Amino acid sequence: MIVVELFLEFALLSFVAFGGATALLPEMHRVVVENHHWLDETTFTHLYAIAQAAPGPNVLVVTLIGWKVAGLAGALAATLAMCLPMSVLIYLLIDRWEGFAGARWQQAISLGVAPLAVGLIFSGATLIAQSAELGWAAWLLVAATVFANLRSKLHPLWFIGVGAALGLLGWV
Amino acid sequence: MTVTDTEIQSRPDLRALFFGFSSVGLSGFGGVLPFARRMLVEERRWMTAEEFNAQLGLCQFLPGPNVINLAVVVGKRYCGLSGAIVAPVGLLAGPLVIVLLLALLYDSYGGLPLAQGMLRGIAAVGCGLLFAMAWRMGMALKDKPVFLPFTALTVTAIAFMRWPMPLVMVAGLILSGGLAYWRLGRK
Repeated sequence: MIVVELFLEFALLSFVAFGGATALLPEMHRVVVENHHWLDETTFTHLYAIAQAAPGPNVLVVTLIGWKVAGLAGALAATLAMCLPMSVLIYLLIDRWEGFAGARWQQAISLGVAPLAVGLIFSGATLIAQSAELGWAAWLLVAATVFANLRSKLHPLWFIGVGAALGLLGWV
Repeated sequence: MTVTDTEIQSRPDLRALFFGFSSVGLSGFGGVLPFARRMLVEERRWMTAEEFNAQLGLCQFLPGPNVINLAVVVGKRYCGLSGAIVAPVGLLAGPLVIVLLLALLYDSYGGLPLAQGMLRGIAAVGCGLLFAMAWRMGMALKDKPVFLPFTALTVTAIAFMRWPMPLVMVAGLILSGGLAYWRLGRK
């Protein structure tokens, strides 16, 4: 059954989601678009855009993917699969955290995982760019967004609004 | 009204947990962690800044959505198991309904050229925000000459080779974490 398959695939991913759901974009694309052909490239990009424009934690892109793959049951299964395993683990571990916080192996994992997470986010960005088949005008918008976001403290919603408006006008 | 750090902090009940985290979920765009901090530490004073940082440690150490992990921790702390369920549900419920309504709109109108154009524009901006986030995280890395090569390896394996991520992460963590472990021992 597709809902069960979706749940198992995403539950597995939740164990390597260092950097949150955003870091999972490339892998979700691989699983959902390339392996199972549950969604096409364009739909995947659109779902990412919708999640960007909606309030709430980044994990909701997972909900949208689940919805498109298997309706309401899919949405709930995908969201639960992404959140439940680590929630249970953290519930059991939090009281012992003080004991191993700062231990050498714990520091090593934190240090070691950080560069991998950066790579995952970067890969997600290249992948969205690829599947959206951005033209030169869109690449200009990407560059302007990177520059403005790094140089100012503007709320991300401003960028989303500008992107939506330029897109509506057919400029990108 | 003045409140000092030494004053006894308020203990939320299940209702307060649900609505507190709902407000966090609904106010954040593109990452809600800063909003969680503001609600917990500054507005409702359920914990001090030090407590927040300490609890956030495990939430960021483990994989998965950090802010969901944080809701579980805060919920457990004040209301045990039921709190650990109610807090993340509160965090997700509102945004989940909104996002599903948007999905319904997308199902009906997503094929229209105007909607397609708008989503393309947002996707382009979202792509830029991701590049910016990667840049900022990369600049914040410690010992960049040592660890940035692992970023490059991850991008090669994931974006270009399209290898499965669980495999890449386990291998990467052994190499990069192993190197970090060795370097920590030399200090």
